[in-house]
Amino acid sequence: MTYVLRRVGQAVLVLALAYTAAYLLLAALPGDAVIARYGSPELGLTPEQIEAIRQSLGADQPLVVQYVRSIAGFLTGDFGYSVASGAAVSDLIATALPPTLTLAVLGLALAVFLAVTIAFTATYGAGRGLRRVFRGIPPLFVSLPVFWIGIILIQVFSFRLGLVPVIGANPVQALILPVITLATPIAAPLSQVLMRSIDEVREQPFVAVVRARGASTPWLLWRNVARNALLPTLTMAGLLFGELVGGAVVTETVFARAGIGQLTAQAVANRDTPVLLAVVVISTVAFVVINLIVDLLYPVLDARLRTSGPTRGSVAAPREDAADRAVDELVDAEVGATVAAAASRGGNR
Amino acid sequence: MTALATTAGLAGDTAPGDPGPGAPAPDRRLRWRSLVSRVGFVLPALVILVALLWALFPGLFTAQNPTETVAPALQAPSAEHWFGTDATGRDLYARVVYGASQSIIGALVAVLVGLVVGTAIGVTAGAVGGALDEVLMRLVDVLLAIPGLLLSLSVVILLGFGTTSAAVAVGVTSIAVFARLARSRVVSVRVTDFVEAAYGSGGTFFGVLWRHILPNSLTPVIALAALQFGSAILQISTLGFLGYGAPPPTPEWGLLIAEGRNYVATAWWLTVLPGLIVVFVVLATNRLSQALRGGDAA
Repeated sequence: MTYVLRRVGQAVLVLALAYTAAYLLLAALPGDAVIARYGSPELGLTPEQIEAIRQSLGADQPLVVQYVRSIAGFLTGDFGYSVASGAAVSDLIATALPPTLTLAVLGLALAVFLAVTIAFTATYGAGRGLRRVFRGIPPLFVSLPVFWIGIILIQVFSFRLGLVPVIGANPVQALILPVITLATPIAAPLSQVLMRSIDEVREQPFVAVVRARGASTPWLLWRNVARNALLPTLTMAGLLFGELVGGAVVTETVFARAGIGQLTAQAVANRDTPVLLAVVVISTVAFVVINLIVDLLYPVLDARLRTSGPTRGSVAAPREDAADRAVDELVDAEVGATVAAAASRGGNR
Repeated sequence: MTALATTAGLAGDTAPGDPGPGAPAPDRRLRWRSLVSRVGFVLPALVILVALLWALFPGLFTAQNPTETVAPALQAPSAEHWFGTDATGRDLYARVVYGASQSIIGALVAVLVGLVVGTAIGVTAGAVGGALDEVLMRLVDVLLAIPGLLLSLSVVILLGFGTTSAAVAVGVTSIAVFARLARSRVVSVRVTDFVEAAYGSGGTFFGVLWRHILPNSLTPVIALAALQFGSAILQISTLGFLGYGAPPPTPEWGLLIAEGRNYVATAWWLTVLPGLIVVFVVLATNRLSQALRGGDAA
């Protein structure tokens, strides 16, 4: 229980700090949004009128007051107004969210499917050559620019092969290429982590024992290897969400799909800071919540973590949160330094 | 881990020809392996060398001007114009060559920002410990909590569009990773016997930090920096593609692809060829950094 409370408290703290950072970055530092929007001489507004606008928007208040107000606004679902269009940011996001969610859910599903296929073929596939080729896929995927994947897919499937119409595609057809584009950069790290944990698990003595007792490969994969490989994969959830958000921005721009990503890209182009602030804050909340859920699920899934507290075994209750562990694990994979072990050692001091 | 790194280091080379049919003699196999590993090292090194030379001396590789109309528009690749020409008749190869400096210098700046700021935070947190450690690592958590692209977009909106601000924006996203790695290394080195001994024999805090802790903890950090270089090139080209990097006449790689996007139906080379160059350079960087750090490329 203390673990749950501590984790929730930590999540709230990170959220509060992240909000402050985003607010400073996007609302306080860039200067006067009112002048930027209404100050141009073409609009012909007198200084008094600008002052009136300023008052109606609350921009004449001291920064601290505006900051507290904006927190209150965010908590009640009022994200302010777009500088570029004047529309309520909450409305903009509400209309943009459904198509992005569809894209993201399908992209994630395809990415998981791809990652599992790649990881299993690379570890248990028939023939060395096949396994080699599949092991080479994730490093290749990581090196592809997402926007380029999208353009190449359009080029090949729409223009050369004519399989997916560019104009007048029905909603399902319009989703095919964006989903593939979005799935590629997510499948890569996912399959890397899966492969790594499968490699680790199959070295364990218990796998040999299970096999010696007559277990078939699929049974072994499903009952033993997959279950044990699930934990490190789950740790990646937050990071993958970040990839998903970035991927959505690029994918929706390439395919000119309406959604949160395109809204974000336009907001940056127009320097529409209230919209960008809302997107940043909402994604950060989602990221923190995902990591919180992963952390709270961890003891449920891993019996070794259930007795949290003074266990001084090989696995102690995780002190850092899932986001930290995910980063450490990625760095481990890439650099070969055992960050996770060192970090927890430092934590136990 | 080793297995993964090994394959990452080999990837393309071994794909076409699996090491010999049947069971080759051990010595032959050994020679083949060392050959493969040498190719796996030399090829990426060559790619990076060429890219660096493009960035430093673009004039040596092409006589054409990257921003002037030199030929009819939208010509397919030919002996005269290796990568064809773009919509305004500029030589695409020249533009790619001149664009290398944008991407590579940008990536260097980005990696430097992440390396310097991140390592400073991580080393301070790890070496000082206590409350400062807590505060700094919570700040790092905040950087981790904001999705990478959104963080760089926020920085870009603050600094304005341009090559340098795009590079800084990309660098900011890697601060957290560098900080965590540096801190964990410092923390683990700090508790070793030789550091205790150095303190015991009268070393000052900064003296020991400089002479013993830093040299023994920064090797993985440097390896990470090499790896980040490739991903920085990717991220910078993404910002360039979205239009937040260098302004239009500049031949930045991401921007080149963005400009070619309107001609996918008629002029495939405008998007395919610059993209391939980006992929080659990024792949080469990743491979090389892996080969450099472990020497376990085969």
